[in-house]
Amino acid sequence: MLWRHTKTAAFYLLVAIIVLVSVFPFYYAILTSFKSGTALFEVNYLPVHFSLDNYISVLTTGVFVRNLGNSILVATSVVVLALFLAITAAFALARVSFRGRGLLLMTILAVSMFPQIAVLAGLFELVRAFGLFNTPFALIFSYTIFTLPFTVWVLTTFMRDLPVEIEEAAIVDGATPWVIISKVFMPLMWPALVTTGLLAFIAAWNEFLFALTFTSSNETRTVPVAIALLSGASQYEIPWGRIMAASVIVTVPLVVLVLIFQRKIVQGLTAGGVKG
Amino acid sequence: MPSDSIAGIAMASTQSTIQIVPTAPGHKRVKSELMRQRLRAASWFLVPMLLALAIVAGWPLLRTIYFSFTNASLTNISGAELIGFKNYLNWTVLKSGRVIWSGLLADPVWWNAVWNTVRFSVLSVTLETILGTVVALVLNADFKGRGIVRAAILIPWAIPTIVSARMWSWMLNDQFGIINDMLMMLGLIDHKIAWTASSDTAMIAVLIVDVWKTTPFMALLILAGLQMIPRDIYEAAAIDGVHPVKTFWKVTLPLVRPALMVAVIFRLLDAMRIFDLIYVLTPNSAQTKTISVLARENLIDFDKFAYGSAQSTMLFLLIALMTILYIWLGKVRFDGGDR
Repeated sequence: MLWRHTKTAAFYLLVAIIVLVSVFPFYYAILTSFKSGTALFEVNYLPVHFSLDNYISVLTTGVFVRNLGNSILVATSVVVLALFLAITAAFALARVSFRGRGLLLMTILAVSMFPQIAVLAGLFELVRAFGLFNTPFALIFSYTIFTLPFTVWVLTTFMRDLPVEIEEAAIVDGATPWVIISKVFMPLMWPALVTTGLLAFIAAWNEFLFALTFTSSNETRTVPVAIALLSGASQYEIPWGRIMAASVIVTVPLVVLVLIFQRKIVQGLTAGGVKG
Repeated sequence: MPSDSIAGIAMASTQSTIQIVPTAPGHKRVKSELMRQRLRAASWFLVPMLLALAIVAGWPLLRTIYFSFTNASLTNISGAELIGFKNYLNWTVLKSGRVIWSGLLADPVWWNAVWNTVRFSVLSVTLETILGTVVALVLNADFKGRGIVRAAILIPWAIPTIVSARMWSWMLNDQFGIINDMLMMLGLIDHKIAWTASSDTAMIAVLIVDVWKTTPFMALLILAGLQMIPRDIYEAAAIDGVHPVKTFWKVTLPLVRPALMVAVIFRLLDAMRIFDLIYVLTPNSAQTKTISVLARENLIDFDKFAYGSAQSTMLFLLIALMTILYIWLGKVRFDGGDR
């Protein structure tokens, strides 16, 4: 009996540690973001200071709002582009059998494993040749390399599992492949599209290497780069309060989205793994 | 790095077989016409996607490889001239007869970056696999508040890498950091540690942050594998009086192995290309500089465009080679045949 209780207690202790370790750093970032002046330099475990100075400073001075706008523009465009290209491709890959399909899928998967640095030099040349350097289009263009392969993969997995009967019925009614996709499958695929779109959005929102390399002025940067380069008057004077405020601003929407779509995201992440 | 999640997503999908969907059987006579129509549509649907991938992935990769054999510089990319393997290995014979080696393969800075990359990848993936398995086993148990735990572990995953790097560098700050404060309070250390600046602890700091950020993802993938194991196997084992620890080693682990293997490869490939965390958390630390960080430094900051391209190409080859080796040795079948 005692052994049983100890075991339960140990289990819940483990659970508590997992939750605490997961949540604490973000909690502490929020705590820090509400501190100003010298309060920053005392360690508190519970909220004792409350000041909006850092938020006001981040949002009113500098170009952080502009950076937020850039990030929203880039991430949204990338998602729309990737989904549009992927949904038709996924139809072909999931519903039509042709020779070389397996090889094609492997190639697409291989692209998603490319180290980003391996294409950096070539992309840099392309971006400059197209005159896209230091514009959001450079990022929309280059982010396709990681959003497209995985949207194709996930949508192919989802589309493969749609019942054949629906498609047969549509074919009997004389529907063309495009009508089947847009009128028959699309309505059924909304959950999948939302999940895939959200995951692609998060990936584009968080991207750093291309954003750092293909933009050069404060006005065209996206938020990850802005946060990474946020600095004070001198290098010894890192504005931790403002960095944490900016971090909280860009992270809260993501955390809220992820918690709302929790189930869908976990399904999307493990798509196929579960369905096998 | 956003790509960590991406690779994982693609990975999860690889675990399933892409089955051949039977083409809708129409009337015998119209079938061939129907098939032709579908094939035609399929190729039209595939072309834009393939074209996009060729432009953003295929072509740039080929150009990077080409640049690695030239003397291209950032300011003069178009005027690049082929110089053979000189970026990789070159030698000059001095009058005295001494041979001076130069190029990537003779560069200690390069080998240091390779060592850092390998060290980081192996350590982080090992830790993430062990901890991910523990978290997955917890989440696979039935208990009150499971939903809360699952929501909580999604938070590190959702936080942008740059943000987590900055959050942790504040927490690991030597003077005002909460980590030093905690460890001092618990009496584990007697003086404050400069986690990210000190050469002894820089790698540890990077590992802490990476493990914190990536374990949840690993846990979710392993959990997906665990949930596919039929419950009655455990019931049978329990009835036979098999000790739970033995059940884990003899039943759970072998059954979850295919999912685990795929998760490990993709995490490993992803860890090999790490850039953003190190760039922000421990800039200028020789102890943590990985191939990606070094290559970008040469490409953009040091105006050694061709040399940086050679380093990028080497990383690509390394990752390609590892993939092939792993698939071959581990007999991982991407089509799901392992199950």
